[in-house]
This record gives sequence, structure tokens and C-alpha cells, in this order.
Amino acid sequence: MTVKDWFKQRKEMQIARRTQETPVDDSIGKLWVKCYSCDAQLLRKDVEENLEVCPKCGYHFRINARTRIHQLFDEGSFQELFGNITTADPLEFTDTEAYKKRIVQAKAKTNMNEAVVSGVGKIEGHEVAAAVMDFEFMGGSMGSVVGEKVTLAMEEALKRKIPMIAITASGGARMQESILSLMQMAKTSCAVAKLNEAGLLYITVLTEPTFGGVTASFATLGDIIIAEQDARIGFAGRRVIEQTIRQNLPADFQTANYLMKFGQIDMISSRADLKSTIAKLISLHTK
Amino acid sequence: MAILEFEKPLYEIEEKIKELKKISESSGMDVSDQVELFEKQALEYKNELYSNLTPAQRLQIARHSERPTFLDYVKLMTTDFIELHGDREGTDDRAIIGGVAKMGDQNVMIIGTQKGKSTKENLIYNFGMPQPQGYRKALRLFYHANKFNMPIVTLIDTPGAYPGIKAEETAQGTAIAVNLREMAKLGVPIIAVITGEGCSGGALGLAVADKVLMLEHSYYTVISPEGCASILWRDASKAGVAAEALKITSEDLLGLEIIDGIVKEPLGGAHNDYEMIGKNLQEAILKSINELKGTAPDKLKEERYNKFRRMGVFCQ
Ligand SMILES: [Zn+2]
Repeated sequence: MTVKDWFKQRKEMQIARRTQETPVDDSIGKLWVKCYSCDAQLLRKDVEENLEVCPKCGYHFRINARTRIHQLFDEGSFQELFGNITTADPLEFTDTEAYKKRIVQAKAKTNMNEAVVSGVGKIEGHEVAAAVMDFEFMGGSMGSVVGEKVTLAMEEALKRKIPMIAITASGGARMQESILSLMQMAKTSCAVAKLNEAGLLYITVLTEPTFGGVTASFATLGDIIIAEQDARIGFAGRRVIEQTIRQNLPADFQTANYLMKFGQIDMISSRADLKSTIAKLISLHTK
Repeated sequence: MAILEFEKPLYEIEEKIKELKKISESSGMDVSDQVELFEKQALEYKNELYSNLTPAQRLQIARHSERPTFLDYVKLMTTDFIELHGDREGTDDRAIIGGVAKMGDQNVMIIGTQKGKSTKENLIYNFGMPQPQGYRKALRLFYHANKFNMPIVTLIDTPGAYPGIKAEETAQGTAIAVNLREMAKLGVPIIAVITGEGCSGGALGLAVADKVLMLEHSYYTVISPEGCASILWRDASKAGVAAEALKITSEDLLGLEIIDGIVKEPLGGAHNDYEMIGKNLQEAILKSINELKGTAPDKLKEERYNKFRRMGVFCQ
């Protein structure tokens, strides 16, 4: 290992640790932010103008669903659908806090209804149905509402005979909905089967982070799977694996590059290229 | 037989009865009235005990080291089982086993997760935790069944898909996801049975079925109660509370309309009477197959889609 490699590895470890310990990008809203990756002090405004990517080192910060939609869709073209579907608490679940209360808190924190936004919009003129996940809302966990809205977006694509785009960001299943959340994996995957049988293009964009039940369902079922740069993607969480196998994991474990190396994704895209890449892919699949 | 903690009082009563009998034999004293009374009390206690188990106690039954495994059920319920090995891509995962067999007069494809009863066996079967290659082998067998118009029976008893480096490298999430999607496309009846532990995506990867059954004391959940407790309560010792909150018992899931039926276990759990559980399960599976057999493939798929489409509770 060269000194350069060693520094690179150490950097990657640092990022892995920090992003893990900071579940949500807490820099939002502040005037100055510090980059996770290169430690540079950055003007919030500069980061924003650069698509929430560090202007110094290119590190891609997590973004919420609204920002994603704003960046990806043609201006004013996105129309949210099924926003009236909201969380119930069918199991009356309480851990250290009542699920109902957690939902209220998440809504207040994010100004979102749930961890996904579904709708239709245009990407460089191409009409698509989309489901965009939001990690800030309870870690982007998939419960009944997420499963339903993702499925409805797919059914909208079927109805309009247009491509479907899913942009994922999720820690996994919504444990507070227990078995009902597990069944959302089946529901969304069955809906993908319908897209397949109708011959509709389904593109998934896996963003930081995509794990658990979302990875093991609609996220990895894209006809084309794109990982966004700096995303970490996996089935089991790092900690669970470490506890099970009791050995250290590779520094680049579950990064987009790692998935690319093992043939799990079609490509890695920078945020800047994402829109044009999707548009190009759609036109290459249109007669 | 391994005695669970909460079964100890029952075990003690039974030991007392044995002792009493022995005394009467050796001394020639007639204590049959007393024995009869004790036996009656023991049975009452037993009925009482097993009909009032907490989810955490039932979890212990579901995980009992002597609980019948997939290969036991194959032996108990089928004849002419021929195992079909391998994923055709370099691996024969032993945590998932499958093959063709006859169940009654019915040819079936039977696939399940396999656990061991000893450490040695568990090392072979990886504690019933499949690698992605196991799911891919199952998928190959699903396609095979579909081609030859054979009903598919899956038996599920897994603490989850294996979390490991190689599993991640070879795309555990994708392997499960593909099974969920492809099971939706199959034109043959699929019966899935949770026989012990039905944990997370690792269980669901074999369970997108027309009929989903559970053995009485099995459990089915998005995450193990221990895992849930350590994440949400930040305290793994709260597993009992988590087991309660997660609603993981067969009765809970029937109430939530997630499963279609419960297969009654012998008193105290399946491990107490292999013949009986084998018979009960075979009956339930054959009944389900017969209900579905005449259905056209497209109709079967549509109804399967609708079944899972309905799942989820939200406000609108
Ligand atoms: Zn930077």
C-alpha cells in the first residue's frame, strides 16, 4: 500500500464513520457548513448552487425529496400525486416513544407527509412517473404509506404508458409497522412485475443511503440501476455484519464503487450528470 | 428433550408422577387414585400453560432445537423426494434445499430453508440463513415448476438472510428482490408455510404466495424482536416487549389478514409429535393446492397481485 492509498483509505473510513454517525445532514439551514469529506468550510449558498455537492472535493451531500425533485425535473413540470395518503398506526406501536408521536415529529421536522413523494413530471421533456424518497423523514423507512405511494406511482406509469423512475434513500423497513412494512416489499416488487410485463422502462437511482427492505425490493429491480456518486447501498447494515462476522469490513464496503466493482449496478452518476443521463436513457429506449 | 424455562413446573409435575409410579411398583402400594389426580392436574396445567404463552415464550418454541426442520417435513409429508441442487452459477447453498416430490397424489416442487439440530449440522446449513445463491437456486426451481406446471410449496424457518461480506458482494438484496418480483409472474399455485422463524426479507423471499400459512407457534416479522429491541429500545434485553409490540404470532397475523390460515401444532409445540404435525401440515397444504389447482395461470397471477396489493394500512 502506498502512502497515497493509505490516506485515501483513511479518508474513506472517516467518511463512512461520519456519515454513519450523522444520520441527517445537519448543515441544512446554516450559513456555513463543513464538508464531511475534505473538512473545508463552505458557504451554504455555494453548496446549494452546486447541487449540494462540495465545490472543493466533489463530495455529494444527502438531499431531501423536494431538493431532488427541484434538481431533476423540468421547471414546474412535477405534479405531486397521492399526497393525501398519510400514516396510520395500525399496531398502536410504542417503543421508547409512541409511533404516533414520532410521525408528528417527523412531519414537523421535514415539512413532509411521509418518506416518499410520488407524482408525474418531465425530465428534459420526457414524461415520467416517479417516486422520490426522503431520508429525513424517519430515515426514509418504508411503511404502508411508502409502499402504497411507490406502487401507485408505478400504476400511474402503467396507466399513462410512460417510464417509471424510483429514487431511493432509505434505512430499510419501518419497524413500527412490523409485518405490514415487510409486505410493502412484496407489494412494490409485484408492481415492478407489472411494469416488466407491460414493457415499460423502469430506472432506479440509488442514493445515499439505500438499505434493507428497500434494497431487497423495488430499488434493485430497475431495468437500469444507477447509483449516485458517494451513495452507500447494501442489504444488511455495516454494524449488523460486523457483529455477525466479527471482522473488519473493507474501507469501500457498500459504496457505489464497491457495488460497481461487483456488477450490481449499471453505472455511477454524479448529481450534475444525473438528469441528462436519465433523459438520454429514456430516449435510447423510445422508438 | 430440551425443556424450556417456562416448561419447568410442568416437567417437575411429570417427574413427580413418574416417581410416584415407581414407588407404587416397588412397594406394591396402590396409589392409582393419586396418580390419576396428578395426571389430570398436569394435563389441566399443560393446557392452561400452552394456551396462555406470551409471544416471547412462543418464540422459544418456534426456535426449539428439536423443532422439525425442512428435511423432516419432506420425510413426513412427501414420497419420492429428489433433491435438485445448485444455482448453476457456482454454488449450492445448503441453507435452502429444494426438489421434486409427491405429496399425496400430487407432484410438487418443495423448497425450504434448512436448519440444523446440532452445531455440526448448523455449520452445514448456516443456521438456516441463506446466501444470495440460495435465493437464486430457489428461483431456478420456481421456473422449473412453472415450466412443468407443478404447484410450489415453500417451507420457511429462517432467522433471516445471511448478513456477510460475500452476501453483500453477490447482492443479497437483489437476490431477494428478484424472487419477490418473479414469484409474482409464476402461473402455478404457490403455498408458503412459515414453520418456525419467518424473519424479514429472508423469509419473504420465498413467500410471495397464493396462500400463506403459519404453524401455530411460528412467528413472522419484519425484524427479529432482538434486533428491533436493540435498535428502537437501544436495549436487546427488551426483546420480549418488542415481540409483543411487533405482533408476530400466527393469530396476530391472521387478524391482520397477512396470512390465510394457521396449522395447529401438538400441545407444547411441533417437536412433541412429528407424525401429528406432519399430518396436519400435509392436509393444510393439499387443501390449499386443491383450491387453487383449477385456476387459470393469468387468474392466479391477478389474484396473487391483488392479495399483496391490498396489504398496508394508511389514512386517506
Ligand atoms: Zn469537500
